[in-house]
Amino acid sequence: MSFDIFLQYLLNGLMLGVIYAIVAVGFTLYFGVLDVIKFSHGDILMVGAFAGLTAYIGIAGTFDSPWLQLLILVLISVSVAAFLGALIARYLILPLQKAPPINTLLVTLMLGLALREAVRLFYPNGSNPKPFPRLLPTDGIALGEFTLRSDSLILLLTGIICIVAVQRLITRSKIGLAIRAVAQDSETARIMGINFRQIVLITFMLGSALAALAGLMNGLYYNEVNFSMGLLLGVIGFSAAVVGGLGNFYGAIVGGFLFAALQTIGAVLLPAIFPDVPSAYKDVFAFTVIIIIMGLKPTGLISEKSSERV
Amino acid sequence: MKSIVSALVLAFCSSLSLSASAKDTVKIAYIGPLTGGVSANGIGGRNSADLAVRLRNQDPNAKYKYELVSADDECKPNVGVQVATKIAADNSIIAGVTHYCSAVAMSTVDVYHKFGLPVMVWGAVLPEITYGNDYKEIHRVNGTMINQNEVAAKFLTGLGYKKWVIIHDTTDYGKGHNKYFTQYLTKNGGQILGTFGVTADQQDFTAELTKIKDLKPEVVYFGGLTPIGIRIRTQMDRLGIKAVFEGTSGIKSDAYIEGLGKLSEGSLSFIEGAPWEKLPGGLEFTAKYNQQKYPDAPEAYGPFAYTAANLIMDAIEKAGPNRKKVMDVLNKTNNVDTIIGKVSFDDRRQNIVPLISKYVAQDGKWVVWEDSLYAKKQRKLGQ
Repeated sequence: MSFDIFLQYLLNGLMLGVIYAIVAVGFTLYFGVLDVIKFSHGDILMVGAFAGLTAYIGIAGTFDSPWLQLLILVLISVSVAAFLGALIARYLILPLQKAPPINTLLVTLMLGLALREAVRLFYPNGSNPKPFPRLLPTDGIALGEFTLRSDSLILLLTGIICIVAVQRLITRSKIGLAIRAVAQDSETARIMGINFRQIVLITFMLGSALAALAGLMNGLYYNEVNFSMGLLLGVIGFSAAVVGGLGNFYGAIVGGFLFAALQTIGAVLLPAIFPDVPSAYKDVFAFTVIIIIMGLKPTGLISEKSSERV
Repeated sequence: MKSIVSALVLAFCSSLSLSASAKDTVKIAYIGPLTGGVSANGIGGRNSADLAVRLRNQDPNAKYKYELVSADDECKPNVGVQVATKIAADNSIIAGVTHYCSAVAMSTVDVYHKFGLPVMVWGAVLPEITYGNDYKEIHRVNGTMINQNEVAAKFLTGLGYKKWVIIHDTTDYGKGHNKYFTQYLTKNGGQILGTFGVTADQQDFTAELTKIKDLKPEVVYFGGLTPIGIRIRTQMDRLGIKAVFEGTSGIKSDAYIEGLGKLSEGSLSFIEGAPWEKLPGGLEFTAKYNQQKYPDAPEAYGPFAYTAANLIMDAIEKAGPNRKKVMDVLNKTNNVDTIIGKVSFDDRRQNIVPLISKYVAQDGKWVVWEDSLYAKKQRKLGQ
C-alpha cells in the first residue's frame, strides 16, 4: 500500500472515529453522572439531524450565505436536541432514579423507537433517505491518490475542537466540577450544596447537544440523512463507550477511534486475506474484536479503578 | 291487504333483481415497498396498478368492479412473507401484482404456490424468481437481470472501457447482478480488478472506495438499489474517484437524481423493454397517470405494474373470479398487446423481453442513451 492511500484510509478512519467518539462521550456522560444507560441517544442524534434539515428548508430562501445558513442550522439543531434531552432527564430519568437500572434502560430504548417511528411516519416522506444540503466548501487538494476536501477537514477539526471543548468544560469549569462531584458521589455533592437536579439536566442537555452535532456532521459528511441513521450509530457509540470504560471520558474517545480503526481494517484486510469474504463483514469483525477485548478487560480499556469518572 | 302484500313482494323481488344486475366487486392485490429506502418505486408501482383499476372501473363493458388491496413489503423479505401470507390467505383476493425487490419476491414464491394465488411480478429482476422453481402461480411481466447485464457488459466494453470494479449489495439481488455481470463482462473481454460486497443498509463506504481508488478502475459497476447507490456515488466524489458510474435497473428512479443533484450526471442505468416513453402506449399511460394527479412519479417500473394489473383483470374478465382459472388463463399469455409491447410467457411464465434500454443521467433527467449528448459525443462519461 502506497503512502497516499494509507493517508486516505487514515483520514476516513479519523472522520468516522470523531463521529463515534462524540456519540460515545454522550453515553459516558449519562453513565458517569447518573449510572444511566440512555439507549435513545442514537435517535436523539437522528432527531438533531432532521431538526437541522428542517431548519435549512425553512431558511434556505431567506439567507444566501451558506455560513450563516450553517450557523442557524447548528443553533436550531443543537437547541432542539438539548431541549429534548432536558425533557427526557426531567420526565423519564429523574422519576425513575430509584427504580432498577433496567427500567431506565427499557424506557429509553422504547423512547428511541418512538422517536424513530415518529420521524418515519410524520416527517414528510420520512421513510426515504433525505439529501442533506452541501453547505461546506468542497474544493480540496490532491496528493497522489490522497484527496483532502476542505469540508472533510472542517468537519474533522470541528469534531476534535468539540471533544476538547467538552473535556475542558468538564475538567476546568465550575459546572464541570459540579458534574464530576455528582459523578463521584452524588450524596456528598448534594450535602456540599450542589443542585443535583440542575446538574443532571445540564448533563443531559450537553450529551444531547453533542448527539445533534454528531448527527449534523454525519449529514454534512455523507450528504444524506435517514430515519434509521441513529440505530447503528447508537450501538457503535455505546460499544465504544463500554470498551473504553463506561463512565470514563477518555475511554469513550479511545473506544470511538478504536471502533473506527477496526471497521477500516476489517474492510481492507478481510477481503485481502479471505477473497470470499466481502467487506460487508467489517462490522462483524469490529464487534467480534470488541467482544474479545471485553472478555479480556471486562471493565473497559481505561477502567474506573485507575481513573476518575467523567 | 292481499294486494299490499303482493305489491311489497313484487317491490322486494324487483330490488333484488336490480342488485343482481349491479357488478360484483373483485379484489386484486398489490404488494411493493411503500415505505423505506426504495418506496419511491413502490409507490409509483402502486399508483400505476391503481390507475389500471380505476380505468377498468370506468369501462362500461367490464363485467366486474375491481378493488385494489395494497400492502407494504418494506423491501424486507421477512415483512414480505408476512404480507404475502396475509394476502394469499384472504380468499376474496383473486390475484396479485407483486414485488419490486428481488430478495422479497424470492422469499414469497413458496407462499403463493402454497395458497394457489396467481401473482405477476412487476419489478424484481432476479432470474431465480421464475427460473428457480416451477410454480405455475408465478409470472413475471418485466425481464430479468440476465438480459440487462448482458447488454450492460457489451455496451461499455463496446465503448472501449476495459477495467472494472464491482460493488454489489449482499442480498440475492446484488449477488445475482454480480454473478451475471461478471459472467458477461469477462466474455466481452473486460477485466475485473476487484469485487466488493457491501450490506444493503451500509452508511460508510470510504474504506471500500479508497481501495477502489488504489485499483484505478475506469468503470465502477454498482449492483444494488437507489439509497446506497446515492451514498456510494456521493462518497466517490468525496474521495475524488473519476470513474464512470454504471448502475443497474435498481437505480433507475427519479429519487436517485433528486438525491444526488448535479452529481448524478453521467450515471448509467439499464432497464428491460423498449424506452416506454417512445411507445404509443407509454405516452398514453403517462397522460392518463398525470390526469389522476398522483403526487408521486410512476418511476421506471410503473408501466410494468400497470401492465400486470391489466393482464390480471383481463384474465378475470375471461375466466371469472376464480384463482385456478385465472392462473390457467395467465399461464397461456402469448403475444398480447400491452403498453410495454407484446407480452409472451415462456415455459416458466417469464415474459420474453427482447430489448434492453440504456439510460444516462443528463441535466437532472434519465435520458435514453441514443438521444443523449453523450452518444452524440458532446459530453464525455466520467468527467
